[in-house]
Amino acid sequence: MHTVQAEKTIFQRPESLTETVTHYCPGCTHGIIHRLVAESLDELGLRERAVGVAPVGCSVLIYNYFNCDFLEAPHGRAPALATGFKRIRNDMIVFTYQGDGDLASIGMGEIVHAANRGEKITVVFVNNAIYGMTGGQMAPTTLAGQVTTTCPHGRDTQQTGQPIRMSELLATLATPSYIERVSVHSPMHIIRAKKAVRKAFEYQKAGTCFSLVEVLSTCPTNWGMTPTDATKWLEKNLFAYYPLGCYKKPEEVG
Amino acid sequence: MAKILMKGNEAIAEAAIRAGATNYFCYPITPQTEVAEYLARRMPEVGGVFLQAESEVAVGNMLFGAASTGRRVFTSSSSPGISLMQEAMSYIAGAQLPCVILNIMRGGPGLGGILPAQSDYFQATKGGGHGDYRILCLAPSSIQEAVDLTMGAFATAEKYRNPVMIVGDGMIGQMMEPVEFPDDFDAGDPSKNEEWAATGAKGRKARIIKSLFLDPLKLEENSIVLHEKYEKMKVDEVRYERYKINSKNELMIVSYGTMARICQTAIDELEAEGISVGLFRPISLFPYPEKELRKEVDAKNIKTVLVIEMSCGQMVEDVERVVQGVKPVKFFGRTGGIVPSPEEAKEQIKNLIKKPTRAKKAAAKSTSKRKRKD
Ligand SMILES: Cc1ncc(C[n+]2csc(CCOP(=O)(O)OP(=O)(O)O)c2C)c(N)n1
Ligand code: SF4
Repeated sequence: MHTVQAEKTIFQRPESLTETVTHYCPGCTHGIIHRLVAESLDELGLRERAVGVAPVGCSVLIYNYFNCDFLEAPHGRAPALATGFKRIRNDMIVFTYQGDGDLASIGMGEIVHAANRGEKITVVFVNNAIYGMTGGQMAPTTLAGQVTTTCPHGRDTQQTGQPIRMSELLATLATPSYIERVSVHSPMHIIRAKKAVRKAFEYQKAGTCFSLVEVLSTCPTNWGMTPTDATKWLEKNLFAYYPLGCYKKPEEVG
Repeated sequence: MAKILMKGNEAIAEAAIRAGATNYFCYPITPQTEVAEYLARRMPEVGGVFLQAESEVAVGNMLFGAASTGRRVFTSSSSPGISLMQEAMSYIAGAQLPCVILNIMRGGPGLGGILPAQSDYFQATKGGGHGDYRILCLAPSSIQEAVDLTMGAFATAEKYRNPVMIVGDGMIGQMMEPVEFPDDFDAGDPSKNEEWAATGAKGRKARIIKSLFLDPLKLEENSIVLHEKYEKMKVDEVRYERYKINSKNELMIVSYGTMARICQTAIDELEAEGISVGLFRPISLFPYPEKELRKEVDAKNIKTVLVIEMSCGQMVEDVERVVQGVKPVKFFGRTGGIVPSPEEAKEQIKNLIKKPTRAKKAAAKSTSKRKRKD
C-alpha cells in the first residue's frame, strides 16, 4: 500500500468553457481555437464581462460551449451585432467568432467597416478554406484548384477569382488595428496562436483598437482526409498562400 | 410644455430621445434623413450613441446587437432601406428583443420615388422577413400623434420584447406642425430589461440571445410563445379613431395615416352638402382593429365601405377579410407618390352613394316588368 500524495492541478477546463461535449468532427481544430479564446478570457479576468457573438457555420453552437453571455447573429453579421453592443456597453468585452464563409463572403461588408471604424472588438476568424457546415462548398478562401462540392473539378480562378487573403486586405485599412494570422495544427503553432489571441483581447481590454486573429484551421471531413493528413495538407498548401505572421499593430499607423 | 413648430422627422427624433432611446443607428435615405441629421447633433448632447452604418443590412444587425444590451434602441429609414432590414427584423423578433423602427414610406417597388406612399403596408403588417413573426405597427396621421406614438413605442416594445414599427408616409416626415412634448409622459422603465439582457455572466448563469432552435419541438415552442404575444397584442394594443361615424352615414371610409386626414377634409365638405359619411381610421395596423371595424360596418345604415389608400390596394385586403362580404368593399387609391386630393375622395364617395335618378328608376322598373313577362 502506498500513500496518495496531495493532488496538484496542472491542467483543467478553463472556467470560460462549459462541460458540454462539442459536436465538432474528429480532428477538427474549432475545439482548440475555442480553448485558446477561453484561456485568454480566464487569464485576463474577462469572462464575467464578456459577450461573444456566434456566426452561422459549424461553430454556430459555440454558445453552448462558452460560459459567458452570447448572441447568435445572422450569417456574416456578427461584426454589426458586436458594433451595436459595444457602442453602448464599452465597459464590456465583445468578441465575434466567424468562419471564412461567414466573414469573407456574406459578411465581407460588415467586417471591413467594423475594422475601418476601429470598433473595439475582437474577431476570431477561422479560415478552413471551405464551407464546413453546409457540406463542403467553395469559400472565398478556397485555394486555386482545390476540389469542393461546388467546384468538383477544382477551383477555377478564371471564373471565381483568386482566394481572398483577409488579414492582408484588412491590414491595408488606414485605421489602426491589430491583425495576425496563426495556425493551430501543431503544438508549437498552438502556443503561438494563444499568444496572438490573448494579445487581441489585451488590446480590447485597454480600449486600444480593433483586433482580429485569423486562425488557419482544418476541416478533415470536407477536405476528405484523415485528421493527420489534414494537418499535413494545411501546412503544405495553406501556409504557402496564407503566410503566418502579424500584419498590423496599432503602434504602426497605416 | 408649450407647443413648438417642428418638422415631422425632427419631432419623431426628439420624441425618441424623450422616451430614453439614446442609441440610434442609421443609413441616409430620403425622405427621412432629417431624423439622422437631427440626432447626429442631439445625441452627443444627451450622451447617447449615434452611428451611421455602412448599409441598412448593418443597421438592422447593429440594432440587434444594441437591443441585446437591454437599453432603448431606435432606427429610422424609408422603404428600400426597410427592405434591407428585414433579415434583422426576423432575427430580432425570433430572439425576442425590443426595438423601435421608423419607416417614412416612399413610393416603390424598387427604387421607386421619393414622394409619399403607403405601399409598404403588406411588408409592415404581414412580416416582411422570413418565419412566423409579426411587428407591432402603428400609423400616425399627424405629427403630434407621431410624437405620442413614438414616445410610447419603447415601453410597448419592451412589454412584448418585440420590434415596434412606426409607419408614416413622406408627409409625416416632411410637413411642419405645432407639437408638444408632454413633460409628465410615462415612458416606462427599461431597467427591468436587465432580467434578460446580455450584461455579463457575473453571479448568474450565462445567457444566450438567439433565434436558432434545431430541435423542431423547441422551435415550435418558440413560435407558439411568439404567437401568444401577437394574440395578446390583438386584445390589448388595438388602436383606432372614429370620425363622424353616426346612424346617418350612408357610407364608411376606411383610411389611415395622412390619407385619413385628407378624407376628413372630404367628409367635412360633404357634410356641408348634406351628405353624411363616416371615417374609420386604424392607428394600429398590426394588430388590426378587426372587431371594432366590423362593428361599424355592421350598422344598418352603412351600405358601402370605401377604402382609400396611397397604394394600389393593400390594407383593403384586411378590410375585405374583416367585412367578409356582408357589405360591398370598394377601393380607391393613387400611388407612385401621388396624394389623392379631397376632391378626388369626394368624387369617389359621390359616385358610390349617387341616388338613382327618376329616369333611371323608371328604366329599372320597365326592365323588371319586361323580365317578368318573358
Ligand atoms: C443567409 C444565409 N445564407 C446561407 C446560409 C447557409 N449556411 C450556413 S453555414 C454556411 C457556410 C459556413 O461556412 P464557414 O463560415 O466557412 O464556416 P465553417 O462551417 O466552415 O466553420 C452557409 C452558407 C445561412 N444560414 N444563411
Ligand atoms: S465539417 Fe469541418 S469545420 Fe465543421 S466540424 Fe467538421 S471538420 Fe470541423
